[in-house]
Formats: sequence, structure tokens, C-alpha cells
Amino acid sequence: MRRTRFLAGRLVSMLAVLVVISLLTYAVFFLLPSDPAQMSCGKPCTPDGLAQASAFMGFDKPWWQQYLDFVAGIFRGRSFGRGPAAVHCSAPCFGYSFQLNQPVTQLIWARIPVTFSIAIGAAALWLVLGVSLGVLAAVRKGTAIDRSAMAFAVAGVSAPVYLLGLLGILLFGFTLDLVPVSGYVPLTESPVDWAWHLVLPWCVLALFTSAVYARLTRGQMLEVLEEDYIRTARAKGLTERKVVGWHALRNVLIPVVTVFGSDLGQLLGGAIITERVFSMQGLGSLLLQAVGTGDLPLVLGTVLFSAFLVVLANFAVDVVYGALDPRVSETSG
Amino acid sequence: MRTRRHPRQFLADRWAVAGGVVVAGFLLVAATASALTAVEGQDPYTYHLDALDDTGRPVGFGGGISGTHWFGVEPLTGRDLFAIVTHGAQTSLTVGLAATVIAMLIGVLVGVTAGFFGGWYDRLVSRAIDVLYGFPYLVFMIALGAVVSAKFPRTWLVVLVIGAFGWPTVARVVRGQTLALKHRTFVVASTAMGAGPGHVLVRQILPHLGVTIIVYTTILIPGLIGVEAALSFLGVGVPAPTPSWGRSIGEGVGWVQTDPMFLVFPGGALFAITLAFNLLGDGLRDLLDPRSVRRRPEAGARP
Repeated sequence: MRRTRFLAGRLVSMLAVLVVISLLTYAVFFLLPSDPAQMSCGKPCTPDGLAQASAFMGFDKPWWQQYLDFVAGIFRGRSFGRGPAAVHCSAPCFGYSFQLNQPVTQLIWARIPVTFSIAIGAAALWLVLGVSLGVLAAVRKGTAIDRSAMAFAVAGVSAPVYLLGLLGILLFGFTLDLVPVSGYVPLTESPVDWAWHLVLPWCVLALFTSAVYARLTRGQMLEVLEEDYIRTARAKGLTERKVVGWHALRNVLIPVVTVFGSDLGQLLGGAIITERVFSMQGLGSLLLQAVGTGDLPLVLGTVLFSAFLVVLANFAVDVVYGALDPRVSETSG
Repeated sequence: MRTRRHPRQFLADRWAVAGGVVVAGFLLVAATASALTAVEGQDPYTYHLDALDDTGRPVGFGGGISGTHWFGVEPLTGRDLFAIVTHGAQTSLTVGLAATVIAMLIGVLVGVTAGFFGGWYDRLVSRAIDVLYGFPYLVFMIALGAVVSAKFPRTWLVVLVIGAFGWPTVARVVRGQTLALKHRTFVVASTAMGAGPGHVLVRQILPHLGVTIIVYTTILIPGLIGVEAALSFLGVGVPAPTPSWGRSIGEGVGWVQTDPMFLVFPGGALFAITLAFNLLGDGLRDLLDPRSVRRRPEAGARP
């Protein structure tokens, strides 16, 4: 019951955040002087032609009207223009790229597997690696394992992902010739090739972040191991493995999940950079290409889509959090 | 009560001192970049096609290292890499420091007022911080490049954007500190004696935030330098031909196999300066605020 209330509260707050973010983004993009209609108007661009292009794309309306149209498009889909020249963009419609003559959703859809593959694999790797390394460091406090894990954490935040990626390419790709250094193979085509092409990107993106999580886990674990209930568990005669791996770990994971939730935005940023290092055509390259060609609807659609994605993922993390920590409903519900 | 640590203890923290020395070194290099390259007899803009072979690869050992080109030359253009790296230090530090100043100003202002005044304003700010904290800001930064008028100087756009997204960490910490300070005896006494909120904020609370501000400035700088480099790496940061480590690394992607040395110098410089600032920041925090629990390093602005 409480948990339901907690989740309902989170759901409402998530929707509010989505509305505010999209509203602000829309306002920022339309208050800045730029005219997407100008781009497609061609040369010579008569005022008449410009007005026509503008009306076709829906840019002649006030920005708040455009915003409402956009939101309606996500749920119902929308059409641009009238008659035989009209283009339709079915729901969920995140806008229409007039330069590429394709709905933004479709363009994003084609690229999303790449970015997702990188991001999800890396996140899984850094959570597993980080938490186990942290637990190990905490249990072996003060030993060489502990110290090197912590030194690794400081060095880790200082090494940019792309630098690490390029070094990885140089070492494991070109010098040792172990793994492929670029390109993406769809999962449906060949799962083995898919994973094989992603090994290096995953490691690069996850390696040092895992060190940061190791540091966090270690600190939490050391604190939790001092608690009374752990002493009780030990007194009951439970094995150390059971005490650390079950009783303590559960409480250690709570802050880890919180931090992970706030790292999702950075995960997407990291995936975009990684994509570029390994020449994969994902969401990042789509966005960069749109920025390069001044394809405003595509830029806007990609940004809003990314923001939505992160907020939704955050909600998912909240659900996990609620399951891990039954107290949430009392403190923040 | 609070134990003040002696500066000697900072000197005992060898890593922090090393960080400080490296940071000072980079500041010196950045300040004297033009003089240094003048000694070498080069500049970061002139092409030296004679230093390249037919494929655009630098001729000679280590990417064309020689008496005339100390770090070798850039592939394809033959521009002097030593000049690019030293002037790149200028770019990185200018953008990083300027963005940090903006982020600190917003962060302290927002944090201190939220903590002090509380109420709905505080709740709003806290929520905004939470949202911004997990926001895919890199995506947003890339996108802004497309809509801001080309007449607006790009470098300053980068500074503004990075600064505008860098403040949540600072605001969160400053808010927490202000909340704690608000209930301390000297603040309560001051209010009881009739001091207005303005006086209490500026005279009683702000001075006690000094340490936090210094520490977080040091921690924020490397993060924001990293963001500039990431944006430039993606080709949407500091525009060419202004030297930037991030852009050099980005151009290096295509040369990893044939001219890896092109990566080593800008990449090494970027890594060194970030690591140095992080070590210095960690050391300062331990020195100035021994009670602080070690948070995860530089949670604010990692691309």
C-alpha cells in the first residue's frame, strides 16, 4: 500500500518533470533566433515561399501552440501540410525532419540499438565490477587490493572516456589485434559478433566508472558492517559469506542505486562519446549530423527524446529503489 | 571540537603537493604560451606541409619530433604540435576557469538562498537540482550549438553553457551547509539581536562557506575542463583554428594507427591537468574540512 503511494508520487513527479523539461527546451530553442523554414526554402527565397514553407512546417504559429502540437503528436501523431503534399508522422511523433524527409522517431529508432547496446552493457559491467570490487576492498580493508582500488578511482575520474578508448584501440585493436575497433553488428544478425564488437566500448566506458562505484560501495560497506544487526547476524552463527553477501549488501546497494539513478544522464553522454570513438552510428552521430546540417526539428526531437529516456530510466531506478528499501515510503513518499 | 590542520600536513600529503605543482606548471605554460613558442620559433597556425609525406603523415621519428618541432607536427596540416599544446593549455584553462566561476556564482547564490529561506523556494530548487543532476546535459550542449546564432562567439558560448550546467553539485552542497549553519548559536544570536536576513546571509553565513567554496572550486575545475575537451572532441566546442586539446584528440581518431604520437601530447596534457586538479582538490578537502566524508570524487561534471 505504502509502496504504491510512493510509486504514484514518483510517477506524478516524473510527469511534472517531463512537462517542465520539454516546455523549457521548446522555449529555449524557439526564443533563440533561428529559422528552420529558411533552410528548406531554397534559393532564391521569396518572402512568399518562406511563408509557405513556414506554414507547412508549422513554424508560423506562436511557440506555445507549436509546443502543444508537438505534445499532441507524441500521443496521436500529426500531419504537416495539406492535400497531396502532406506528410504524416505517426505516434509517437517527435517531429519531422524536413531535410531527410523522415519522421524523427523513425530516425531515432534506427540508431537507438547502437546507443542502447553500448550504454546498457557498460552500465551492467560497471555495476557488477564496481560493487564486487568495493565489497572486496571493504572486506580486505587496508590491504593492497583496497589501496589500489582507491588509487584507481582517483586516476579514473581524470581519464576522459575518449582518450581511454583511443588507447584501447591502439593497444588491443591495432597492436595486439585482439578485438575489432569499429563498426556495429546488430544483435539480431549475430549475437556473438554483436558482443565481440562491443567488448572494447563496454570496457572503456565502464572501467573507470566502476572504480568510482567501488569507492562508494567500499565506504558504505565499512559503515554497514559496524551496525548492530550485522553483529546479530554473526552471533546467530551465519557464515561470513551470508552476512556480507546478503544482510550487508542489501543495505549497501541502496545508496549505490541512488547514485546510479543520477548517473544515467552521464551514461548517455558517455555512450555518445564512445560511439564516436568507435565509429558507430548511434544517437550521438545522429544528433551531431543534425547539428551540422542545421536540421532543427531533428535536433529538438533528439534532445527531447533523450531527456524523456533519462527521466523514464530514472523512474525505473526509483522502482528498484522502492523494492530495495521499504522505508522510502515513510521518508520521501 | 574541530581540529584545524596545519599547513604542514598539506605538505605531508605528497600527492596533493604534486598536484599543486603540476597545476602551477600548467598555469605558467598557459600564461607564457606565446613566449614559449616564440623561443621554439613556431606558432600554432602556420602550415608546414614540408614536414609531411604524401599521405599527410608527419615525416620522422615520433610524429616529426625535431629541433624545430619539439612535439612534432599535426598530421595533414603540419602545424607545430608544441605550439598547439601550449596554446591549448590557454584555451582549456580559460574556458575551464571561466565556466567554473559562472557555475560557482550560480551554485552559491542558489544554494545559500535555498538553505536560508527554505519553504517552497527551497523545495523547488532542490527538485531542480535533482533533475539537472541527472540530466543528459551533453546532448543539450551539443544541440545548443545548432540554434545559437553563428555571430555569437563560440568560445564564450561554450563557457556559458558549461557554466550553466555545472552549478547543481555546488548548490546542493552549499544548501546543506547553509541549513546546518542556520541553526548554529552565532547565527541565532545575531538574528535575536535584530540582524536582518541580508546581514545574516552576507556577514554570518557566507564567510563560513569560504572553505566549501574553495574546495568545490578546485574540484569543479577539472570536471569542466573535461567537458570543454569532450565538446571539442565531438566537434561542437571551441571552433577551429583556436587550439584545443579536445579537438586535437578528436582529429587524432583517424590517425590512431598511423600517427599515435599525435594523441600522446594533447591527451597526456589533458590527463595530467585533470589528475593534478583532482589530487589538489582531494588534498585541500582533507586539509580544510577534515570532517567531510570523502564523497565520490568529482561527482559533478563528468562527460
